[in-house]
Amino acid sequence: MENKAYRFGMLLFLFFLTGVLVAVSLYIGSVRISWKEIGSVLSGNSQDIVYRDIVMEIRFPRAVAAALLGGSLALSGYLLQTFFHNPIAGPFIMGISSGAKLAVALVLILSLRKALQPGFAGMIGAGFAGAMLSMGFVILMSKAVDKMSMLIVSGIMIGYICSAATDFLVTFAEDEQIVNLHNWSRGSFSGIGWDHVAVITMVVIPVFLGVFFMSKSISAYELGELYAHNLGLNLKRFRFWLVVLSSLLSACVTSFAGPVSFVGIAAPHLARRLLGTARPIVMIPACFLGGAAFCLFSDLLARTMLAPAELSISAVTAMFGAPVVLFILVQKKGKGEF
Amino acid sequence: MSEEFFFYTKALSVGYHGTALVENIELKLKKGQILTLIGPNGAGKTTILRSIIGQLEPLRGAVFLDGRELGKISAGELAKKLSVVFTQRIRPEMMNCQQVVETGRYPYTGRFGILSDRDHQVVKESMELVKVSEIAGEPFEQISDGQRQLVMLARALSQEPEVIVLDEPTTFLDIRHKLEFLSVLQRLSKERGLSVILSLHELDLAERISDQIACIRGEQVDRTGAPEEIFTQGYIRKLYGIREGNYEERTNTAELPKQEGTPQVFVIGGNGTGTPVYRRLQRQGIPFATGILWENDLDYPAARSLAAEVVGEKAFYRVRENTMRRAKELIGGCREVICTLKPEAGGDLYPELLELMEYGKANCVFH
Repeated sequence: MENKAYRFGMLLFLFFLTGVLVAVSLYIGSVRISWKEIGSVLSGNSQDIVYRDIVMEIRFPRAVAAALLGGSLALSGYLLQTFFHNPIAGPFIMGISSGAKLAVALVLILSLRKALQPGFAGMIGAGFAGAMLSMGFVILMSKAVDKMSMLIVSGIMIGYICSAATDFLVTFAEDEQIVNLHNWSRGSFSGIGWDHVAVITMVVIPVFLGVFFMSKSISAYELGELYAHNLGLNLKRFRFWLVVLSSLLSACVTSFAGPVSFVGIAAPHLARRLLGTARPIVMIPACFLGGAAFCLFSDLLARTMLAPAELSISAVTAMFGAPVVLFILVQKKGKGEF
Repeated sequence: MSEEFFFYTKALSVGYHGTALVENIELKLKKGQILTLIGPNGAGKTTILRSIIGQLEPLRGAVFLDGRELGKISAGELAKKLSVVFTQRIRPEMMNCQQVVETGRYPYTGRFGILSDRDHQVVKESMELVKVSEIAGEPFEQISDGQRQLVMLARALSQEPEVIVLDEPTTFLDIRHKLEFLSVLQRLSKERGLSVILSLHELDLAERISDQIACIRGEQVDRTGAPEEIFTQGYIRKLYGIREGNYEERTNTAELPKQEGTPQVFVIGGNGTGTPVYRRLQRQGIPFATGILWENDLDYPAARSLAAEVVGEKAFYRVRENTMRRAKELIGGCREVICTLKPEAGGDLYPELLELMEYGKANCVFH
């Protein structure tokens, strides 16, 4: 019972942390805006149109997007770790983000050529297709290699191939309109507006709920396939949804923010440590909130460290996330699991 | 007649990718009985078990549980009737033993897997039955193999099954845990009418615990029946294709290969005193003969496996003349006689053995 209270407290803490980071994101930026001014902007009493635009049209949607997409990445990573029974699986490291990136870049360039603006549905759809292709490749590899580490290596390779192909495309499409593709292909939350946030919400919230409803099945699946099957879990259907939902989440992130590294591994791991449990029903919200906080924090650093220039978001998340992966490897190596 | 069996298979063929590994399997089990599969590695025991729990589609034939075909029972319903303990290690992260046992309640809980009071009660009872209540709070990954197997059994029991299927559940356990584990199974089958199907490598334990044994060899079930019908002279050797050494069904002991050749040592033993000497001579690579042993002597099975020649006498018979003659002949050919009997022990059948000892003393180096 004590444990339950502790976990609930930790979830609340993560929730408030995310809220605080959103607030800080509204405050910090190249233009100094006082807390008081932000307060009046939020309550709709501000007279200053410039401040209102900066807070309401630039900083606020960006912060909400960073939170939602960070949560998505963490959740996507968590689902992949469940699927492969591998603690360092994640959408970035396994090349799934890169697959989505390549597909989205392809669609963007092709449609810009024809002077079309691809809709959000088209971008997410392309990202989803790319993510599924990479995922399919990794699943095939997982049947051929039986070592967890080799599976990760093959995922990294497919990631490199897709990234190289994307760079190739972006370089050759040196159109003025495509210049900002370059930023996107390195990963960034900049330029996200409320219309993006609306689409992100429409994708991410239903997927989150779907995953939450799968928490019982996930707990059975974690016992291994034989026991899960004996407990009555329909493995085929379960695996199908796991792949679809995690790909959908990565696709959504990649379409709007490009590839963002390591959140998918670091956030679930840290959440597990913080809450002292691996129960899916707790882990799912904890991962989401943890990923949200992690991304908000990383985005703050990306915006401020070299202001007014911006770092790519992946540079920051990798700085904090990659050591977590190393830590997991060292820890699991001791148990001979890799 | 199939009605009286709670669990049975009908012309079942199992295998992978359409290739049959074992065919025409007819297993039958009543409620509360224990059925054990024995047989060499790779003979298909695990494949059969995986097929009868519905994990692997049977190639032909069907499995029946409580009069219904397994394929026609829904996954959720089957989970409440049949549970498993298999060899694959589960690696639950940050779970204590009780939480592992609680996973067995999965078929009974609602959408989010929240345990009701009754679920908690069943979990508690299952842990008590297997006597793992004291380690309920310990991390599953840190307990010993023996305890882990017991926790997995408690987990399977918390599914409230009518049939439990176990694949080599005792393989990695020490003898104390092997006995503990099997005695829990025996108790459950007798007291709760639980039907148990398992595979074992320990033939001695299989003989003790099983109501029925099925011998899996190559393509078919070679033999099924009560233990006494299975463990007949020479059968285990055949079943496992033993080439080096021997297996004595009567005592359920394995012996290393005998030293062939002209006996150099004659052992006068009996009542179990000879066996350690036989094994020592085998280790030293010395061919030996032994006698006179009655066929019901404790030393007789080991002698038969290890001695180049055994001078035996039928059980409950007096030593006959030609038996005596053969023993003396053999002593004559040996350089050494080892006697493990005490001359002063005495007994009605002893005069012949005393005579043999005297003969040995007169002709060989005598110990």
